Amino acid sequence: MIVASLAFYLFAAMTVASGVMVISARNPVHSVLFLILAFFNSAGLFVLMGAEFLAMILVIVYVGAVAVLFLFVVMMLDINFVELREGFLQYLPIGGIIGLILLVELIMVIGAWAFAPEAAGVAAAPTPPIESVTNTEALGALIYTRYIYLFQGAGLILLIAMIGAIVLTLRQREGVRRQDISRQNTRPRSASVEIKKVQPGQGI
Amino acid sequence: MLEIGLSHYLTVAAILFTLGIFGIFLNRKNVIIILMSVELMLLAVNINLVAFSTHLQDLVGQVFAMFVLTVAAGEAAIGLAILVVYFRNRGTIAVEDINLMKG
Repeated sequence: MIVASLAFYLFAAMTVASGVMVISARNPVHSVLFLILAFFNSAGLFVLMGAEFLAMILVIVYVGAVAVLFLFVVMMLDINFVELREGFLQYLPIGGIIGLILLVELIMVIGAWAFAPEAAGVAAAPTPPIESVTNTEALGALIYTRYIYLFQGAGLILLIAMIGAIVLTLRQREGVRRQDISRQNTRPRSASVEIKKVQPGQGI
Repeated sequence: MLEIGLSHYLTVAAILFTLGIFGIFLNRKNVIIILMSVELMLLAVNINLVAFSTHLQDLVGQVFAMFVLTVAAGEAAIGLAILVVYFRNRGTIAVEDINLMKG
């Protein structure tokens, strides 16, 4: 019990600290690296809550794909980040006030909520006991049956995102020599070979 | 204090969400950091969903968190693609320079 509590405080503190560093780091590359750290620690929080599958998905999808994508873009674009940081302190007061108000509101909500007594009985898909069915198995049994259309829809969204990203960033550059196989194959003989009669002793 | 309940996780999620909002205000000029702040906010939402899901013993919350994850990944890909195209055309990503549509 004590180990779990200490682990919670460790993961939570690391997540929040990394979040602070994400928005305040001077170098965007450091921001991305702290974002990765935040995702890792929240994956730890998920494990503590008992959602192992989502924790692993978080590590794979966010750390393996999204964060690396961010890293690629930050390093690929030649941007003067010092210039972009101008006015950082100018927005500090208004941002701080709005953030503080929001945080106080959220904490007040958290401090005052209570479950309706019948809430525990109306679960749409009650979690099976962890001794007989693991978290991954239970989730799979749910998304491949009752949520199959939503699952397929999520796949379509990813497909559309992929096509959109490719279409947006693909470009045909001028002056780049590429191999065009159909053009090579349809080239007539007359365009490639010329036969000359060479007279002896005269050259061409 | 040592008994970790639902409200502990909700507090962490609330702090993360606030950090996301704060980051958007703080880095008004840098689109990349704004996108990262949005990712932080989506992460906070996911923590909320999973916390309620495990506390109420209802798996639907985790299914929903998975869909949020999907949309977040798609959003990051499209957003960064738009960013790359924009940088190619204008040579900058400063937010206040994005005003072509104002005429």
